[in-house]
Amino acid sequence: MHFQYSSAEHQAESAMSGMWLFLAQEILFFGALVFVWVYCCYQHPAGFRLATQHANLLIGSINTAVLLTSSFTFTAGLLAIERGEPRRLIQACFATIGLGVVFLLLKGVEWFKDVGDGLVPGAHFSLTGPDSGGAQIFYVFYYVATVLHALHMIIGIGLVLWIAWRARRGDFSRAWSTPVEVVGLYWSFVDVVWLTLYPLIYLAAL
Amino acid sequence: MSVTVDTPRVSYLTEENTIGSWLLTTDHKRIALLYFASITGFFFLGGIAAALMRINLLTPTGAIVSHEMYNRLFTMHGVVMVWFFLVPAIPVTLGNFIVPLMLGARDLAFPKLNLVSWYLFMTGGLFATYSLFAGGLDTGWTFYTPLSTDYTKGHVVAVAIGIFISGFSSIATGVNFIVSIHRLRAPGMGWYRMPLMLWSLYATSVIYVLATPVLAMTLILLGFETVFHVGIFDQRLGGDPLLFQHLFWFYSHPAVYIMILPGFGVMSEVLTTFSQKGIFGYKFIAWSSVAIAVISFFVWGHHMFVAGTSVYSAITFSLLSFMVSVPSAIKVFNWLGTLHKGYIKFDAPMLYALGFLGLFTIGGLTGLFVAALGADVHLTQTYFVVAHFHYIMVGGMVSAFFAGLHYWWPKITGRLYPEMWARAAAFLIFFGFNLTFFPQFILGYLGMPRRYAAYPPEFQVLNVLSSAGSTILAVAYLMPVFYLGYSLRHGARSPSNPWHATGLEWKTQSPPRTENFPIIPIVTEPPYNYPRPEDRTRAA
Repeated sequence: MHFQYSSAEHQAESAMSGMWLFLAQEILFFGALVFVWVYCCYQHPAGFRLATQHANLLIGSINTAVLLTSSFTFTAGLLAIERGEPRRLIQACFATIGLGVVFLLLKGVEWFKDVGDGLVPGAHFSLTGPDSGGAQIFYVFYYVATVLHALHMIIGIGLVLWIAWRARRGDFSRAWSTPVEVVGLYWSFVDVVWLTLYPLIYLAAL
Repeated sequence: MSVTVDTPRVSYLTEENTIGSWLLTTDHKRIALLYFASITGFFFLGGIAAALMRINLLTPTGAIVSHEMYNRLFTMHGVVMVWFFLVPAIPVTLGNFIVPLMLGARDLAFPKLNLVSWYLFMTGGLFATYSLFAGGLDTGWTFYTPLSTDYTKGHVVAVAIGIFISGFSSIATGVNFIVSIHRLRAPGMGWYRMPLMLWSLYATSVIYVLATPVLAMTLILLGFETVFHVGIFDQRLGGDPLLFQHLFWFYSHPAVYIMILPGFGVMSEVLTTFSQKGIFGYKFIAWSSVAIAVISFFVWGHHMFVAGTSVYSAITFSLLSFMVSVPSAIKVFNWLGTLHKGYIKFDAPMLYALGFLGLFTIGGLTGLFVAALGADVHLTQTYFVVAHFHYIMVGGMVSAFFAGLHYWWPKITGRLYPEMWARAAAFLIFFGFNLTFFPQFILGYLGMPRRYAAYPPEFQVLNVLSSAGSTILAVAYLMPVFYLGYSLRHGARSPSNPWHATGLEWKTQSPPRTENFPIIPIVTEPPYNYPRPEDRTRAA
């Protein structure tokens, strides 16, 4: 316990508030992107519809399911440690990491296909015609958003790995598991970001 | 007067003095000193750029540098002063030092995050500065598209990355302050028993946390646009250049209040101490800080009155901009009420604070001129605007910074500064500042545009006056470096409460120990609990 806190509970509550504030910052960060995205979609409805039709709905939908499941597994781990079962927490961490890696691999396949199909904004953009400009702007947002989200995923996987390592070392118990809860907040937030991106990328044209 | 001068042998300064113990410290007081050193460096870098600009403007065609160089100078001045001095200045130095002491806490909520924030700040700052020197950015600190994305040859992306990185240090500081103020108040310290400095830093932190990420995203999109020319902000490719301005000012107008709100906090502390009187209208001052933070998010459109936004949007933003002046005026009137019938002492911090009152009021009132639609059409992009915001940022914020620096100097260093030198510097700053910037109001009104390296000969007299003022200002800003530096070794030892101030920070030794308080204090009285004037008269 740090010397500025009066009790372990005091410190734990402060850590949780800190993460919530960090997430408030994240909401404004991604919020700015979503705002500009929606604004440009309103400016170029045809271009955005054209671009969305070329998004890979299958991979996107599978990834949504994968990510939601990963939040479930991590939360299950949190419940396990609150009952005093560190082994279950470690298992849950590795399930979460596994699902996270599956998400990133599928995302990688999707990017690979996109680039192969010439869906890269610039001189060699494959969607031509009058709506090409709007479609290119869509793909700018697509890459910025998905790359930033993937970076958040990579950081999240590192954090979950750290939780597993600490759980193995025996740091967590029924009495104290604050870092697990803090990382859980972060992981679920990254999940929520994806739930915002999913309709913007894949469902807008339906 | 019976003041026991305790000369503590053990303090946060003496604990351990290896380079590692400073660079890896998690003590909020030492981190504040690390920030002091960095901020001072950036302040003088930005100042040198300004001085060169003022020398250049001595003659109508430019006295010393080429027009290209002039563009680079005002860009460097703006970028360095805004992001690496004004935005962090008071919170990360005075705030870092004083917040836990005012709260009666041993440290901030997240000491390691505090250290990380300094490293982020230095990484971003040095990276941006290096890029400014290497690439010579010439877009101005506002990076307007399409100039920044398509036409400039400077290192737009590199400078943007530097600002992006240092932005996260602001966010870290904001998170740290908000959680500390919520969680680490000493027993008995309710919200209305907090010093007003904490209210204003709380409001500042809210803006740090909620506005900075928008700038971060804007810079990412700007970088993307600059590298790939994809057309988000490019009209020829179907984009919208105004979109950039909306995003940029959504951060950068609240950032103006990031710069000035901490100064308001310092004012409330210094004015009460040096009039030995409770604050007038505590709750009004406290909530006006919050009101400013909230309204600041809804005024950004006034930067685009002449940029082709709709007239309805312009009217709305004009009204909202007028509204933000109300809480600011409430503060000024309450400070005047505080001075009324006080036992006023003109020590250096008070002189700086009184200077703030005058200069901030001029800056604030001229803000109303440019918030008015009709006047703004005439005044926008002229020296009137330059003078207006320098009265707030330099006249207001930098004066408040010096007021706070002198006020808490005995607490920070355990030494007293040379009073006469400090008073002389305060006077010189006030005089030099007015001589520099008042002529610019007239120049702007007469139509001299900002950011031009050359001007018609009839503007020369006013420009020479302004440049003359800036040399006085430069000397006055250098003076504290010498006399404060001198006091570090040769100043008299300070007692724990040299100003007879209230506030928990004065109830512990100067300089404090690493743990701040041997025993966590218990707060039993409201802040600024000075004797009431009528009680004083009765006693006399």
